[in-house]
Amino acid sequence: MSNAVRKLRPIHMILLAIPCVAILVVPWFNTVEPRLFGFPFFYWWQLLWVPLSSVFIAIVYKMVTRPGGGD
Amino acid sequence: MNTVATIVFISLFILITVLGFISAHWKKGDLTHLHEWGLGGRRFGGWITWFLIGGDLYTAYTFIAVPALVFGAGALGFFALPYTVLVYPLVFAILPRLWVVARKHNYITAADFVAGRYGSPALAFAIAMTGIVATMPYIALQLVGLQVVIGGLGFPANHGLLSDMPLIIAFVILAAFTYTSGLRAPASIAIVKDLLVYVTVIALIVIVPIKVGGFAHIFASIPHDKLLLPPVKDGNTGLMSFYATLAFGSALALMLYPHATTAVLAAKGPKTLRSNWVFLPAYSFVLGLIALLGYVAYSSGIATEPSLAPYFKQYGPQFAMPGLLLHYFPGWFVGVGFAAVAIGALVPAAIMSIAAANLFTRNIYKTYINPHCSVQKETHIAKLVSLIVKFGALLFIVYLPQHYAIQLQLLGGVLILQTFPAIVSGIYTRWFDPKALLLGWGVGLGWGVWAASLTGFKKTAYALHLGGMVIPAYIGLYALILNFAVAIVATVLIRSLGMANIRDATVPLDYEE
Repeated sequence: MSNAVRKLRPIHMILLAIPCVAILVVPWFNTVEPRLFGFPFFYWWQLLWVPLSSVFIAIVYKMVTRPGGGD
Repeated sequence: MNTVATIVFISLFILITVLGFISAHWKKGDLTHLHEWGLGGRRFGGWITWFLIGGDLYTAYTFIAVPALVFGAGALGFFALPYTVLVYPLVFAILPRLWVVARKHNYITAADFVAGRYGSPALAFAIAMTGIVATMPYIALQLVGLQVVIGGLGFPANHGLLSDMPLIIAFVILAAFTYTSGLRAPASIAIVKDLLVYVTVIALIVIVPIKVGGFAHIFASIPHDKLLLPPVKDGNTGLMSFYATLAFGSALALMLYPHATTAVLAAKGPKTLRSNWVFLPAYSFVLGLIALLGYVAYSSGIATEPSLAPYFKQYGPQFAMPGLLLHYFPGWFVGVGFAAVAIGALVPAAIMSIAAANLFTRNIYKTYINPHCSVQKETHIAKLVSLIVKFGALLFIVYLPQHYAIQLQLLGGVLILQTFPAIVSGIYTRWFDPKALLLGWGVGLGWGVWAASLTGFKKTAYALHLGGMVIPAYIGLYALILNFAVAIVATVLIRSLGMANIRDATVPLDYEE
């Protein structure tokens, strides 16, 4: 278990903060246009950030986890 | 009575009951120890943790209340989605350190950690009590979800105790398997629950919109003022600031709830947790789809169908999701979907009652009542308390109007947020003084309850007037800012007077993985 995960550094914090900011800028995405498959922007933008947040977390996970380490 | 649906529903219930009892033998441990009964021996690997945390956060009430909010209030109800997007980056950064220190010192609860970190039983007591008080109405709320689907099966409502019988039976089963198997029971049942939930949600979100005329048509039929949040007007940020702060505050509150701590500490290690948080957003996507069901129900006009109108009259917008199932699917599938909701109530209710029991036993019973009790006695008390907590919630739902549970749960979120400075800052720094944290907690709590009382405990928004602007935001978040401010000022004062408490049972190395 020891040394399996590195400490988070500022770059990791920034990567984790990006999805948080993207989903909190409400005035920016509070519009109907542009639509996507009939979904207003308000809805597809927020739904899009679900898989995108996963990608950002995965990047940080790869950066902080040493290969071969395990619980 | 919907016979086919009821038979399927009861069969699935019997299945999870059996599973709940036999799970005592799974990953065999000595269940007379609290970390075995109450944390599953801290041995849950990646998959189980995924199901356990998912079962914990996405509850029956979520399936009922989120579509109901969107059905009734429109865009504002969609806040549940940004809320779950925010949760995982936050916990990824914060909670692995808590796991590591908890493992080193055999902490079972967040209040255990606070007691060790600050050497202050008073602060730990405040944290434990806040956790218990905030959790109780949350358990009661799970029963609201259960009540709606039992009603949807066609059991007669308004017949006093008799119409509450199915609810009581479900709860006796829940209490029994939690008592014998501890956290292993909800962990194994969560797997069945999730399979049922995914099948139900995917069927609903694929089949119903096609029958209703596609999502473009559905969105077109929603009035414009419902579809978006109202724009900023006369310097009033209105629902937009409320939407963002409610999502952010709820995300912070979520990781402080005792049942979240329980599920996190039950994992095998920090790497298991982190890899989990990469994949947990899959649930958030499902949640987003569930939220959209509110619009699907609205657009389909089922609320005015003669066969469903009485249910909508009885349960209001809460019947949106059950109504879609009843209207568009055959009886057997209604049984599957309703069982998903009902089992989705039992899993978190079990984890919550275990978490509340751990708090009471560790931070109240062992600290104040019987400090020298044996490990066996400690576990015995926790099992007993888990029963009391559940029956308390049951009585609450049977004897008091439903809206009390909903209002108290909203208030519970405001309360639990006030434990943030003590728990989360403690994970990183020992700068704060425990007396200052206690003062901040008290002020935040007091102001939060007062602000909520202004709306008669119906809403969680407070409109702050600041330099000609009106900024309505989530009360819990305003209270937290106040809480932090008080704790910082008080710490500086206490330190300058040389009265700081520097006791700390942990050392920096305890936080290293």
